[in-house]
Amino acid sequence: MHIVVCIKQVPDSAQIRVHPVTNTIMRQGVPTIINPYDLFALEAALRLRDEHGGTVTVLTMGPPMAEDSLRKALTFGADRAVLLTDRFFAGSDTLATSFALAQAIAKIGETFGTPDIVFTGKQTIDGDTAQVGPGIAKRQKLLQLTYVSKIAELDLAARRIKVERRAEGGVQVLETRLPVLITMLEGTNEMRRGTMVDALRAARAEIVTWSAKDAGIEDVLKCGLRGSPTVVKRVFAPAARSDKAQMIEIQPATRDTADALVAAIFGGIAGIEGDLVELHQTL
Amino acid sequence: MTDKPVTPAAPAAGGSRAGMKKELPEHFKAYKGVWVFVEVERGVVHPVSFELLGEGRKLADQLGVDLAGVVLGPPGEGTKHAVAESFAYGADLVYLMEDALLTDYRNEPFSKGLTDLVNTYKPEILLLGATTLGRDLAGSVATTLLTGLTADCTELAVDADKSLAATRPTFGGSLLCTIYTLNFRPQMATIRPRVMKMPARVEKPVGRVVSHPLAMVEDDIVTKILAFVADRETNKVNLAYADIVVAGGLGLGAVENMQLVKNLAKALGAEYGCSRPIVQKGWMPAERQIGQTGKTIRPRLYIAAGISGAIQHRVGVEGADLIVAINTDKNAPIFDFAHVGLVTDAVRFLPALTEAFSRRLSPHNRDKLAG
Amino acid sequence: MIEERFDAIVIGAGMAGNAAAYTMASRGLKVLQLERGEYPGSKNVQGAIMYASMLEKIIPDFREDAPLERHLVEQRFWVMDDRSHTGMHYRSDDFNEDKPNRYTIVRAQFDKWFSRKCREVGVTLLCETTVTELIRNDAGKVLGVKTDRRGGAVFADVVVLAEGVNGLLGPRAGLRASPKPETVALAVKEMHFLPAETIESRFAIKGDEGVVIEMVGTFSKGMTGLGFLYTNKESISVGLGCLVSDFAETRESPYAMLEAFKAHPSIAPLLAGSECKEYAAHLIPEGGFKEIPQLYGDGWVVVGDAAHFNNAVHREGSNLAMTSGRLAGEAIHRIKAARDPLTKDTLKLYKQLLDESFLMKDLKKYKDLPGLLHTNSKNFFLSYPQLMSQAAQSYLRVDGTPKIDKEKKTLRSFIDKRSRLGLISDAVKLAMAWR
Ligand SMILES: Cc1cc2nc3c(=O)[nH]c(=O)nc-3n(C[C@H](O)[C@H](O)[C@H](O)COP(=O)(O)OP(=O)(O)OC[C@H]3O[C@@H](n4cnc5c(N)ncnc54)[C@H](O)[C@@H]3O)c2cc1C
Ligand SMILES: Cc1cc2nc3c(=O)[nH]c(=O)nc-3n(C[C@H](O)[C@H](O)[C@H](O)COP(=O)(O)OP(=O)(O)OC[C@H]3O[C@@H](n4cnc5c(N)ncnc54)[C@H](O)[C@@H]3O)c2cc1C
Ligand SMILES: Nc1ncnc2c1ncn2[C@@H]1O[C@H](COP(=O)(O)O)[C@@H](O)[C@H]1O
Repeated sequence: MHIVVCIKQVPDSAQIRVHPVTNTIMRQGVPTIINPYDLFALEAALRLRDEHGGTVTVLTMGPPMAEDSLRKALTFGADRAVLLTDRFFAGSDTLATSFALAQAIAKIGETFGTPDIVFTGKQTIDGDTAQVGPGIAKRQKLLQLTYVSKIAELDLAARRIKVERRAEGGVQVLETRLPVLITMLEGTNEMRRGTMVDALRAARAEIVTWSAKDAGIEDVLKCGLRGSPTVVKRVFAPAARSDKAQMIEIQPATRDTADALVAAIFGGIAGIEGDLVELHQTL
Repeated sequence: MTDKPVTPAAPAAGGSRAGMKKELPEHFKAYKGVWVFVEVERGVVHPVSFELLGEGRKLADQLGVDLAGVVLGPPGEGTKHAVAESFAYGADLVYLMEDALLTDYRNEPFSKGLTDLVNTYKPEILLLGATTLGRDLAGSVATTLLTGLTADCTELAVDADKSLAATRPTFGGSLLCTIYTLNFRPQMATIRPRVMKMPARVEKPVGRVVSHPLAMVEDDIVTKILAFVADRETNKVNLAYADIVVAGGLGLGAVENMQLVKNLAKALGAEYGCSRPIVQKGWMPAERQIGQTGKTIRPRLYIAAGISGAIQHRVGVEGADLIVAINTDKNAPIFDFAHVGLVTDAVRFLPALTEAFSRRLSPHNRDKLAG
Repeated sequence: MIEERFDAIVIGAGMAGNAAAYTMASRGLKVLQLERGEYPGSKNVQGAIMYASMLEKIIPDFREDAPLERHLVEQRFWVMDDRSHTGMHYRSDDFNEDKPNRYTIVRAQFDKWFSRKCREVGVTLLCETTVTELIRNDAGKVLGVKTDRRGGAVFADVVVLAEGVNGLLGPRAGLRASPKPETVALAVKEMHFLPAETIESRFAIKGDEGVVIEMVGTFSKGMTGLGFLYTNKESISVGLGCLVSDFAETRESPYAMLEAFKAHPSIAPLLAGSECKEYAAHLIPEGGFKEIPQLYGDGWVVVGDAAHFNNAVHREGSNLAMTSGRLAGEAIHRIKAARDPLTKDTLKLYKQLLDESFLMKDLKKYKDLPGLLHTNSKNFFLSYPQLMSQAAQSYLRVDGTPKIDKEKKTLRSFIDKRSRLGLISDAVKLAMAWR
């Protein structure tokens, strides 16, 4: 079995700062991490491999330094890493990203064996769109299972897979055919810690590095800024609200202040008191 | 790529591609009208669809075009109801695709169905809720149509040259960006539940319905649904649509104090929630998280105790009618957007507040107050 | 257990560990480096000033791609009381040279770069891998290490302990004592982010020029301590450090002291409008020459902060770390090249190289200073700053008092605080220790 996992290196957004005047991102010292959602996909892939045999290839599109994230994925136990890097990819939106990744997956298929499953994370913490997974599926003509919370059964011989999927208002149990693209839901597993052997292997592994051309992409106009139908016109900071809160300072809190607050709340929202009273009668 | 971490592509300062607007290609000029995908799940319309119809109405009026609801579902009451509700929330017409294959959501029939509708009737704007269903579907449809899709928008507008300006948070909410799909149609966007206001419902005679066949048979569909376990049966929380929400943050200091939040919520018949660190500490489950990476809420009353009000939290609660914040630090950022601010120790105050509400709401006291 | 054997295992990927690993690997040795942090530099706190000449000896063309923040063109030294500072200020355009001598760096980035260089010359680096134990035979010879990863034992001819000042392995294995509270300082530091243009206008610098301010004064509440402020490209590092034993004695909170320090009227305007993103605390070995432990033994050497190599007077640590790492690497390579075993007997070469270098000479020169400053800390760090400030103010304030009276009054105040004899003896002692 061959599984491809798409991971993305992202800036740790908890540590991003915005230039107070120009509203641009100040990147200095902002560490990069593997998109946290992608780790759930990677762990799910590693578990399937451990159970059914085969190999796991991790794939990323990004600048050369994204190699660090791939190497880290190898430390966790992935077997092979592919870095797709080219200046033509700069400025890709989700459509252009999924195009490039789909091409690379096709090339991975030719080179290392056709993947049975492609995993992505639910979404990234920088783009936050959850579109790249479905985009890859469409282009690669893979069946698509998004928001998967559990891989219930994999029957390689029959080429069938059964999963649980988070849907609106409930959980769907779905069965479909391989090859398939799965976007994995967060919190569904816990990333393992690689052994010393994994760590040593990862430290020395050759990262397969492909340019657009290496990945068989002939039409670079479909990549990067030029291949992106969406255009960011403006970036700005959220406006501050002009009216300040009505402040009450109390030290320590008393029964009276609590009563006063309740009165203020009920005075502030028309009708809420009546609704609550009604509700209380049914409680 | 990572050096352009906004997806879709964001030149760091914005604006650098502003001059790229070209004439819309000829074949796209026929694309007219605003569409809202009306999400029907097991016979029930997801409220986000009404919120989007309300928003779509404004856009359509500005553009001087029709607003259409798009309903995909099995023949039957539920679908009929969804059509009627679409009109009640402002649609001028409804594109309807009725087929038993559309009973439960699956990507294959829904993405084929919606793609066919778009290719046949050519809308200029297509809006979907950023639900699990909406996101699953939107990504497939946009890729098939090779058009732009802006995810998780918080604001939509039509600008002077009639293109859709979709604004969404980026970089973990610290910035907003406005994204256009200039040279492609339709312009697609997903919007999270509760971000847009619920419009008023108007009783309205049924409008024009345009029916279109799915043209698929079950054998064409590979993925089968074996079962569905509804959340109803597992006591699922419904934060997004709660009228009153009480939430606790790290300022409460200890897992035991989560109970204070729950107690107040119980006294008010409210839902309770929390900030992200509380989930990370395992003090409350993930579905209780409020904010950018949790739920967006739009309650009439939001009480936040021991929450600093970081931007990622703020974007999830700003739609509340009245925000009451309890925090020991009078400079906490939450007071920048709260309506009522209490500078006090929440651990001590929450029990007092719970009591005060109970006193005021108990039938016994009501009578006294009334009398 | 890992079958594969290495020529050397380096514990730690700080300045010292990287210098040692690079030196050995670039000379053809098979080196395994183990770092417990998520990436090199993730746990390293430094102000930080980096001295070019020590790095040049390891990577001559480092300027081509090392992440350097600013080269220093100006040094300020402030003696502060609670409301003022008296200062010395040296700035020279000569520092705008082709190959500047001192740079500010951000350790997290710099260590990553240094580590990449190490890997380029063949070092095998494993991060998130903590060495838990040295493996030794009955005779005490170090054979390898155990780590916290499954299947984690690895063997090598020599182990280089570059584990930093609070490294546990050396003390645990009985190779050296743990640092004593009176010989290590606790430094707290924050990074304050500001746009580059703001920093440049505030400090009157342009391009990559940078400024360092070092301070002593009443902010350390009479403890042996130093404050510092360095300009990076888009941030300012600000912090202070005092001896751990002083903190223990005075029960001052380092965090509260740093808050007060930042609020000082001379410092606050420099930080105004900035966003603090990082608070960190770290130990600095400050005992000097007298605290240097046994540096080598059968199958092991110790380098950098772990060996207490730090010149507290000149705030130099990383260059001593780099130099000791390099010399250990050179020694090991020479011994291996001669096909000799790495024993206590052969590894004394490392100590010989150190003795010949500036490192030991400098540390020897200042060997009495740490003790002096510590025993007289109330004078050097509390009374004198107050007095200097009063003196300056009295001198500058034009109020009709004859200048001669002002001078007399100033001297008087010094003598009142500390006897004439005491003053003279402090001065003499300081001069001796410095010489
Ligand atoms: C990509 C990204 C996404 C994120 N998404 C979300 C999200 O969806 N939702 C979310 O909430 N956060 C989110 N965060 C985290 C967010 O940035 C903040 O870290 C978080 O909201 C802070 O939680 P808090 O207010 O509970 O804790 P803190 O920031 O630690 O604030 C605690 C507050 O409690 C006050 N306090 C202390 N003691 C008391 C007391 N006794 N009584 C009353 N007040 C007291 C303090 O003054 C302080 O203001 C996200 C961050 C990132 C980077
Ligand atoms: C606030 C501050 C400011 C300073 N400013 C300056 C300055 O301006 N200029 C200057 O020259 N010096 C300065 N120094 C001193 C300088 O930082 C140190 O001298 C230097 O970092 C020492 O390098 P090292 O490699 O010996 O130790 P470290 O840099 O501490 O590296 C030790 C490494 O070993 C790792 N490690 C420890 N134990 C284990 C284990 N068991 N297994 C695996 N890995 C382990 C650690 O994670 C760490 O990465 C400053 C220090 C501080 C605290
Ligand atoms: N540049 C990229 N390289 C590899 N995988 C990516 C990239 N961008 C997105 N992905 C994958 O697509 C998922 C969804 O991303 P997004 O649509 O940006 O939210 C992520 O969780 C990743 O698995």
